[in-house]
Amino acid sequence: MDILLYLIPVALLLGGVALAAFLWALKSGQFDDMEGSANRILFDDDDIQEKNTTNTNEDD
Amino acid sequence: MSDCLHCGLPIPGKSSGGKEFCCAGCQAAYGMVQGLGLEKYYSQRCIDPDIRPMRPDEDETLFDFSSYVKTEDDGISSLHLMIEGMQCAACVWLIESVLARQAGVVHARINMTTRRLVLKWHPDKADISELVGLIGQLGYKAAPFDPLVLGEETRAYEKNLLISMAVAGFAAGNVMLFSVSVWAGYFQGMGPATRDLMHWLSALIALPAVAFSGVPFYRSAIIALKAGRTNMDVPVSIAVLLASGMSLFETVRGGEHVYFDSAITLLFFLLVGRYLDSRARGRARSMGEHLLALGARAITILDDNGIRHVVPPTKVAPGMRVLVSAGERISVDGRVVDGISDIDTQLINGESIPAVAKPEIDVFAGTMNITSPLIIRVTAVGEDTLLAEILRLMELAEEGRARYVAIADRVSALYAPVVHSLALIAFIIWWLVVGAPWQQALMISVAVLIITCPCALALAVPAVQVVASGRFLRRGMLLKSGTALERLAEVDYVVLDKTGTLTMGRPELSNRDDINNDDLELAAAMAAVSKHPLSRAITRVVGDGVTPIEGVQEVPGAGLLLKTDAGEIRLGRRDWCGVDDSVAAIGPELWLVRPDFSPICFAFVDRLRSDAAKVVNELQGMGLGVELLSGDRIETVAQIAKTLNIKNWNAGFTPTDKAARLTELAAEGRHVLMVGDGINDAPALAGAHVSLSPSSAADISQTAADIIYQGDKLAPVIEALEVARRADNLIKQNFALSFVYNASTIPLAMLGLVTPLIAAIAMSSSSLVVIGNSLRLGGLGSQSGERGKN
Repeated sequence: MDILLYLIPVALLLGGVALAAFLWALKSGQFDDMEGSANRILFDDDDIQEKNTTNTNEDD
Repeated sequence: MSDCLHCGLPIPGKSSGGKEFCCAGCQAAYGMVQGLGLEKYYSQRCIDPDIRPMRPDEDETLFDFSSYVKTEDDGISSLHLMIEGMQCAACVWLIESVLARQAGVVHARINMTTRRLVLKWHPDKADISELVGLIGQLGYKAAPFDPLVLGEETRAYEKNLLISMAVAGFAAGNVMLFSVSVWAGYFQGMGPATRDLMHWLSALIALPAVAFSGVPFYRSAIIALKAGRTNMDVPVSIAVLLASGMSLFETVRGGEHVYFDSAITLLFFLLVGRYLDSRARGRARSMGEHLLALGARAITILDDNGIRHVVPPTKVAPGMRVLVSAGERISVDGRVVDGISDIDTQLINGESIPAVAKPEIDVFAGTMNITSPLIIRVTAVGEDTLLAEILRLMELAEEGRARYVAIADRVSALYAPVVHSLALIAFIIWWLVVGAPWQQALMISVAVLIITCPCALALAVPAVQVVASGRFLRRGMLLKSGTALERLAEVDYVVLDKTGTLTMGRPELSNRDDINNDDLELAAAMAAVSKHPLSRAITRVVGDGVTPIEGVQEVPGAGLLLKTDAGEIRLGRRDWCGVDDSVAAIGPELWLVRPDFSPICFAFVDRLRSDAAKVVNELQGMGLGVELLSGDRIETVAQIAKTLNIKNWNAGFTPTDKAARLTELAAEGRHVLMVGDGINDAPALAGAHVSLSPSSAADISQTAADIIYQGDKLAPVIEALEVARRADNLIKQNFALSFVYNASTIPLAMLGLVTPLIAAIAMSSSSLVVIGNSLRLGGLGSQSGERGKN
């Protein structure tokens, strides 16, 4: 049963990392516009991205 | 007939945009898109044929941007705009690309879900009015708004729910991991030390999660209790808190059974339901916000020297002179000082034919100036206008509806006392009668609370609502209010508005067969220069190939005049044309008079929607009373009522009359469904038990209505009723199912036979049954004309 001493913290840590990642994604606005993000990949607007790379993440 | 290259509408025979465009605005927009190398837009967009695209030339409104623009310390200004008229991702791309290619623009990004644009630019390199003007030139409408005022609260609430849900989900997963081990331990003989370790770990994860994720429920429960009511959140909160508290106690004293997994899983399920529910209505809500923002139109005033100033509506005071250009909506009450024009008053009184405005005539906010510019002396602004009066009526009517208690809360008002007293009885019997130690008695009574499973009960309504709003959305209907579905299922009487609801809300030529082609073409050629609804009706009949005649003058309030060598040709009102016909006009009409010919009458009707008769028939077939309420003249209404076989009708009703009639019906104990579109219907819409509005309706009516539907047909009314009745059935079935569960498990719990494993199985299986039952609504009726709607 000693194995539990490793496995439990590992399981919790992995779960915690996933939770932290989700909260980070939520906070940085990645869930604000689900519809738009799904469609944006259909348009390759490299020249515009260049101009805007500095502030793509700070949508209100 | 070919379609306009820019907006996709059919090109009228006469077009200011040449052969390939419907108007000069579209031509210019196409030119701009081509010039910027963005022509890919045209191949990638998808136009929804049901939604009329915006055209660049329409409704040019001015805004006072200064109060919305924020300038940061780094010298970059930013502005939030609502965009109207976007249909798909290509529209988003087009607007973003066009803006991003303008000098000085730092950031232009549209949130497609909320249809909001964030624009950032260097104020010294670009002019905001020009940038926003570009959006207008492309054929979209943009209105500034203050992000702090609009919808931030609900968005924060939604975000909060999502965070709570994530935390609860994480905790539920991990606690379940330990619980499964403990359950396996029952059978394989886990030692007490290991079991206690598992319990402690579960407590460590579950307690903070319960404290954090349950806040939305606790808050709502406290609010309800403070107000002396109960709602579904009260039993949920009590069950969760008691279960966690008792489990902690058991953990400390090394007990065998803990219920951390039940408590946190319950929270997780309920949060999922609540989040989905909130999302489903978010769309309707953001549309309401749109309408609010578009109300912030700027007004052009004339000062004493006759110089124009554009000011925000708050700065206009009675006595000022306001200039209203042709095609602009009037936003103040006032008296005409100068100019003659036609005013479209449809939104105020439901009248489909424009009224004449000339000096000394009063005009009202909300009406549209059609033919030529007017100067108006303001008599009332803001709160004092007739429009605001109607709004107040509407708010008054809405208060009555706010008292409606959702079925879930009615059920919980019965459920909570019963369950809580059962738990208490179990405690008393075990402690005093059986003589068990109080800890064991308490544990049994908490098990009763957990096993009665507010989970299935709390999911019974939201699960059905989520599926129903999804179905509504696919059919182009937006469900705005949470209880609308329940109220809709109770409807036993339907009140319909005429103009714009039963009818198309625009005149059509009715005596086409009595007019020979030459006359019609002449009339159409003259009418091509005018935006008057009757002129448009004539040009619509001829369709392709109308060549406008040079030199036609529009005489506001009278008609069209063409001077030729042979004499004057007039197309217009009966008296202006000098026709002395003994036959009285049945509906709106125009006369064509020219030298050497006898006068020709063009008669018009506001045609019924194609399925109006069928829908009225079906409504009556469903056993519902149908009534027609209209602000229009008696003869017109009587005729329509006769055609549609509606026995109860009332004509010439003012907004107040309509609202009063609704109150009367409610007093008779009827549950009325009101369908209407005009501002004059808004108080009645708000006062009805439940209300529907077409998406072409006035802004205010859409705000007042519970459900908004799209398209040119009335059929959504039937569909909404059917879905609502079916949803109501499913909700009741769900309640029945969860009661059956409770009835069979409560005895077990009271006998002290329930373990955490049984509780977990009972809870998840009852929830799954309820959710599965709700999903049956989604499958229903998908055979009839299912269409993907963006």
